Amino acid sequence: MSKRSDTRRKRTKNRRQNINGFLFASPWIIGFLCFSLYPLVSSLYYSFTSFSPVSQPVWVGLKNFENIFTDSLVLKALKNTLFMSLVSTPLNLLCALSLALICAKKFKARGIVRTIYFLPSVIPMIAGTMVWIWMFDPTYGVINNVLSKVGINGPSWLLDPKTTKWSLVMMGLWNVGTAMLVIMNAVQEVSSSYYEAAKIDGANSVQAFFHITIPGIAHVIVYQAILNLINSFQYFQQVYIIIRASGGNAMGLASGGPANSILMYPLYIFHNAFIYMDMGKASAMAWLLFIVVAIMTVFMTKATKKVTDELGG
Amino acid sequence: MKSSQFYQTKRFIVKVLSALLIIVLCIIFLTPFIVMISTSFRTNADAFTQPVSLFPREWTLENFPAAMNVIPYWRYMGNTSFITVLSIIGNVISTPLVAYSLSKIKWKGAPIISGLLLATMMIPYTVTMIPLYRIYSKLHLTNTYIPLILPTFFGSSYFIVIVRQFIGSISDSLLESAKIDGANEFQRYSKIVLPLCKPALTTVAIYAFMNAWSDYLAPMIYISKTEKLTLSLGLQQFMGEYSTDWARLMAAAVVFVIPVVIFYIIFQRNFVQGVSTSGIKE
Repeated sequence: MSKRSDTRRKRTKNRRQNINGFLFASPWIIGFLCFSLYPLVSSLYYSFTSFSPVSQPVWVGLKNFENIFTDSLVLKALKNTLFMSLVSTPLNLLCALSLALICAKKFKARGIVRTIYFLPSVIPMIAGTMVWIWMFDPTYGVINNVLSKVGINGPSWLLDPKTTKWSLVMMGLWNVGTAMLVIMNAVQEVSSSYYEAAKIDGANSVQAFFHITIPGIAHVIVYQAILNLINSFQYFQQVYIIIRASGGNAMGLASGGPANSILMYPLYIFHNAFIYMDMGKASAMAWLLFIVVAIMTVFMTKATKKVTDELGG
Repeated sequence: MKSSQFYQTKRFIVKVLSALLIIVLCIIFLTPFIVMISTSFRTNADAFTQPVSLFPREWTLENFPAAMNVIPYWRYMGNTSFITVLSIIGNVISTPLVAYSLSKIKWKGAPIISGLLLATMMIPYTVTMIPLYRIYSKLHLTNTYIPLILPTFFGSSYFIVIVRQFIGSISDSLLESAKIDGANEFQRYSKIVLPLCKPALTTVAIYAFMNAWSDYLAPMIYISKTEKLTLSLGLQQFMGEYSTDWARLMAAAVVFVIPVVIFYIIFQRNFVQGVSTSGIKE
């Protein structure tokens, strides 16, 4: 008798908790349904249709995907995006790691130095990008003026298709503050007792770095590397601002920068959706991007876990 | 004896070199800021004079009032502030509710939602952009601030992760004893948990401020009426098709960036905390 009322009480308690939990989480659940799940599903549907912002979607089957794979600009955009992934990601990580190692050391002005390295990451992207456009100016920009002082004739940076992407890489290096902070935290969490033991065993600081620090922070590095890679697939706003600044895209004109050299994949999605008004094709392109990002995200979670398990980060 | 002296000299050289490296890096990272500020005090003619000088050859304050006339600057600042304030309110109300549900209520949905948090953070903006734009334009909500503000009232996954971690560290015994005293779930949340997570909510408020203030993409998609633009879109209007008035643009940018820098310097601790809890910056 009492056992039965016990289970019943437990059951009502569980039910009440389920209701409470649901109620408290309901803002996120509603938001998830409206702002994530619904758009995701309808975007998949849209990718098999053809429509403009003012018309109704009409089913066209796989035609959008055929268009994508025969569009030479898609290939160009993919190449540009891949360049950013493969060149920018390792350089960003190397830069973030170096800065993190500096900031993890104890020295007098550490607080100020850390503030300065992280500062670029908090200022609005539009402001940062515009200053860089100004600094990249071939004649009046600060970069070429400094280069000419040491006898180098600087390139045209954002105006020359050969150097546009390298300019973006440089801009990116200025913005590694977040990765730096995360890596720095990981470095500081590596127990100092390991270093003491290594010192007693006669290891020098280089050996300690490769045998203690690196394994200790490997999981964070892997996570940041893949996150950086994912972000590079979504590289968009900076190039959009740069192209707008040079007069492109202003009056419904789609431009990918000099010789389309900074036409990134997401930018081309944007052009298709809002300038060519081909929202079906844009949706199909976006879904291909989503699949790649989803696979990378799963890979990121798995790889980080594996590294953590193996190296005990 | 000799070797210890050699060792000392070597250490001294290493110290000087690393100090030098740190300073050079600081200068490189500060250069864009220096350029921005220095250009904002130049005459436009000075900005277009070679060789470029570090300081203005002729200091002028004129760019600031002039910049405010090129675009309706104060109007845009008002628009931006309106969006920012409502975004902060939205996030500060919604985030702790969800975070509490995930970390302190034992219910079936909590592990599922926790798993979905990372997943939603990873959905590319370009995927959701088109369907959302379609909905908002069907509801005639483009050129209003609703598409920019509404989502903040439903909680951002980034902020939920930050606050969830914080609420998780609040001891259960505190909540248990309140429960014995007869406090219901909502009372436990509002009387005990909410006051305790003020530091985490400060972090959320600051990030919400930064995100809304700096946002470029969403306003660019939804706002096109001149009088409704935000500051980040307004800055774009300085960019002429053939030439740009860089001195005025930089003056406008300085005024735009100053609140952010001040906030960052005051609340640096919260920034570091936010980044290290979520591992990501939005």
